[in-house]
Amino acid sequence: MSEAAPGDRIRLTTHDGARFEGVLMPRHSFSGADILTLKLDNGYNVGLAAGGAKVEVVETAKPVERRLPQPPTDPRKPTIAILGTGGTIASFVDYRTGGVTPATRPEELAAAAPDLFGFCNIRAEVLLNMFSEDMQPEHWTKIAERAAWHLNNGAKGVVIPHGTDTLSYTAAALAFALQDLSGPVVLVGSQRSSDRPSSDASQNLLAAARVAATSDCGEVVVVMHASSSDDACAIHRATRVRKMHTSRRDAFQSVNVPPLGHVRGDQVVWDQPHRAATKGKTRCDAVWDEEVSMILSYPGLWPDHVEDVVRKATVLVGTGLGHVAHRVLPGVQKVIARGAHVVMASQCINGAVNMNVYSTGRDLLQMGVLPAFDMLPEVAYIKLMWILGHTSDRDEVRRLFLTPLAGEMDAPTDLRAFGVLEAKA
Amino acid sequence: MSTAPLTGPDALRWFNEPKLDWAAIGFRCGLEIHQQLDTRKLFSLVPSRVVEPDEVGPLTIGAVERRLRATGGESGEVDDAARAEAAKGLRFRYLAIAGLTSLVELDEEPPLAMSQDALDVTLTLAGLAKARPVEEVHVMRKTVIDGSNTGGFQRTALVATGGAFEVEGGDVGVWTIAVEEDSARKLDEQSKDGVVTYTLDRLGIPLIEVATAPDIRDPAHAQRTAARIGALLRATGRVKRGLGTIRQDLNVSVAVGERVEIKGCQDLRAVARVIEAECRRQLWMHHVRTTLVARGADGVAGPSTDVTAAFAHTQAKSIQAAPKGTVVLGVKLPKFAGLLKGASKDAPRLGRELADHAKTAAGVKGILHSDELPAYGITDAEVTAVRKALACGQDDAFALCVEVPATARRALAAVAARAKQAVGPALKEVRAAQPDDSTRFTRPMPGAARMYPETDVPPIRVTGERWRHVLQSLPAKPEEKMAQLVARHKVSQDIAKQLVGDGLDHAFTGLVSAGADASLAARMLLQLLPALKHPDRVEPRLPEVAAAVKAGRFAKEAVEAILVVLDAEPVLSLDAATAKAGAGSSDAAAVDAVCARVVAGRLSFVREKGLAAQGPLMGPVMAELRGKADGSLIAERLRAAIEKAMA
Repeated sequence: MSEAAPGDRIRLTTHDGARFEGVLMPRHSFSGADILTLKLDNGYNVGLAAGGAKVEVVETAKPVERRLPQPPTDPRKPTIAILGTGGTIASFVDYRTGGVTPATRPEELAAAAPDLFGFCNIRAEVLLNMFSEDMQPEHWTKIAERAAWHLNNGAKGVVIPHGTDTLSYTAAALAFALQDLSGPVVLVGSQRSSDRPSSDASQNLLAAARVAATSDCGEVVVVMHASSSDDACAIHRATRVRKMHTSRRDAFQSVNVPPLGHVRGDQVVWDQPHRAATKGKTRCDAVWDEEVSMILSYPGLWPDHVEDVVRKATVLVGTGLGHVAHRVLPGVQKVIARGAHVVMASQCINGAVNMNVYSTGRDLLQMGVLPAFDMLPEVAYIKLMWILGHTSDRDEVRRLFLTPLAGEMDAPTDLRAFGVLEAKA
Repeated sequence: MSTAPLTGPDALRWFNEPKLDWAAIGFRCGLEIHQQLDTRKLFSLVPSRVVEPDEVGPLTIGAVERRLRATGGESGEVDDAARAEAAKGLRFRYLAIAGLTSLVELDEEPPLAMSQDALDVTLTLAGLAKARPVEEVHVMRKTVIDGSNTGGFQRTALVATGGAFEVEGGDVGVWTIAVEEDSARKLDEQSKDGVVTYTLDRLGIPLIEVATAPDIRDPAHAQRTAARIGALLRATGRVKRGLGTIRQDLNVSVAVGERVEIKGCQDLRAVARVIEAECRRQLWMHHVRTTLVARGADGVAGPSTDVTAAFAHTQAKSIQAAPKGTVVLGVKLPKFAGLLKGASKDAPRLGRELADHAKTAAGVKGILHSDELPAYGITDAEVTAVRKALACGQDDAFALCVEVPATARRALAAVAARAKQAVGPALKEVRAAQPDDSTRFTRPMPGAARMYPETDVPPIRVTGERWRHVLQSLPAKPEEKMAQLVARHKVSQDIAKQLVGDGLDHAFTGLVSAGADASLAARMLLQLLPALKHPDRVEPRLPEVAAAVKAGRFAKEAVEAILVVLDAEPVLSLDAATAKAGAGSSDAAAVDAVCARVVAGRLSFVREKGLAAQGPLMGPVMAELRGKADGSLIAERLRAAIEKAMA
């Protein structure tokens, strides 16, 4: 057909004689196989049939040079590490194709959020570049080790830009793996890609960096938009936060507890007690046993499903206060007899499990099922993986599971966390 | 098209000429027409409707406040227009309007698939204009960060190119036919504490954008072209009607000017006047330019200087009453004396350009300049003191800004930048049409860097089959429709023209098939509806009204009163509205009873006049029966009653 390559300026005469001139674009993955995409001088892209078309190259592609200023370093300012893991936050957009590439150098980050350098120095590092749905426990280990290294080597805090799909899983994993933190480890994401003037990326990244650079916090936290407006970011405890909306800016919400604090402009405000940073070394203990599963309970769940799925441990994501159908009980009993650990969390997400109220719950307790109390199901799952990575002693597993390790359970219920209670005089 | 350049004196001569020679001044003009479509929103499932101002309060179900950042263009560069907007540092408050706002409009959810209805209407217009559709429609994001789009961009897609509109005085070529999202509606023109409020009802309503080639020969031709395009759009039967549903942008230049895009010309009748005024402005600016160059001016303004001391004892209210912290800053504009004012009071002038740049850059109310002083309470002595403070010579002008220092400096920097441009080439800019037909600077012309692909919407194939279907089902053109109305419904040429011109022919045939006779249908659409406060709300009830007239539930004389009731209380059922309007059917017996009573009461008169009494007696009979029975039935029964009395 033609030797024109993407980026070349071409003149195209269609089979029916219409003439177009513009820059040949890379093929859109949903474009027809017989379509050439042209960017016209008025800025529009159009798809034109290649069949029978005459293509003439007017000018071959010129590489686009991107000159970015070097961000300054100032010894008086705190230094934070930014560990890229992928996702739309901290990424560059190729405005030609609309494609997104991660920022790999400090100057690229600076271009995305220039105000970062006003209050801190930045060590930028691209640790991973992946969709967050592909993130596995081995990646949690890599992130945890690198975060600890930076904290132990001069970084005041660590910011981890992350895809939002599994951001809260990584956050919870880091919360169990990192101990005696000498500074904050802040996970941050964005729900609107950074090419958009309306993106939440720069506000979220700035707020995360604020927490990392200026706070005394020694915890793993998540910093994201507090509402649909661009006024504040909320600081969430890593083991208490969950993505509760597919697309909104304020998708991340603390469950059963209020957020730890807020970032408004350059002010970091703590509303709740949080663990303070230690003076010593951050310890990293990121060992996981992956023979753990989660099973959602639902009407129609096959009686033998539990037996089929469970290896060393499982989180039953039960209904209501923590129940499964009676016909599933024998399966549960069998896996426990086999030596597996079974814990019960609730698919209600809000509230705690309490298995003393109904007989099914009492039956489950008698079999040896452990209640996850007010833990989020996926946090219970990660906690089990971490515990089993360290011990297989049955009693020790049970003891550790029922002990709060990283703020993941046993908080007094926050009345404001699930809608407002109607005030009565 | 190239034209010999005009000299400065030529430009001035043409400026003063009462009748312009369009070819001689190198007139070039194309149109961009934006028309709202009557489909769902382009990328979300909510309907397309703009609420009335009094509905905004009750229908607002939430608000968010956002900021927009200038982002890089294709090669990382930031567009001039985008940078200018971002520099304002504004915040935007968006009101979610119940039923007309989804998460897509709030920029909280990716766009859904494009409305295929909207694409079909766009293809239909392409067919009527003999344009050629692209094989694949690619949706683009056009960066717009004045807050009018929550995402900071407008989604737009080119659907067809080529073709022409047949217009009296010469065909006008089609450059592009695109379908795009309408913007959010600004609630107040002015920002309050740096916050601009928009409502989200209009955001996302599909618009067809038609851009013509610069084939337009003179302003009257432009007006006819706009009218023709409007008529073809209405011929599709799927466009919105009413004020604000169609907007025409005018691209205008003369040989010594540059392409200026004029927005906000909502009134078709103003098109020709606005174009002529803009041509004269471009001629005048060329005269200013050549005069400055002849004087040896380099356009470089002096430093901005605090001249507050010159007004220590001023009587000028604008300075005296200014809040604490206000200063008077001034800049010298070397060799600009006499060139800031216009040839007459409302004529184009550089001073207004400087002021408009100051306003858009710094949000100030305006500036003062030496060509208009002494005035506004500022005395000759104060002017002399300012001149001295700024070291102004005879030929030099100055500009002042009364504001807090930071704002005043920003305003005067904009004034200095615009003054510098006055000696350089003519400016490509976006201007807004004013009620007096003049135009005012809005922003620099945005570059092509503003567009990049909308990656959330896959390209849409326009198959050969779809295009053939569009071509086979093209609606009749306006002239064909008029002929049909006259032939089929026996309406006059005038009525047919009005119905087709206003895009009401579909509604008309709909009412006729619902049971209205042609004259009632035309009266409802052309007279009764436009007189109402909320014609859009009442229009959907008309077929029901027509059917009720046909069923004899009330007479056609009652229609007006019933529509007025429905206008005020749109939730009423037709029966309730009928009752409230005091209308309702009276059967022949009831009519007979009234006629008999009236005749009996004036028996001697009836006996004296005979059948000639019918005319005078219609009055009192109608007073009782108006709207309750058909006029011709009443006349017939009254005649029978008189005949009976005489027998």
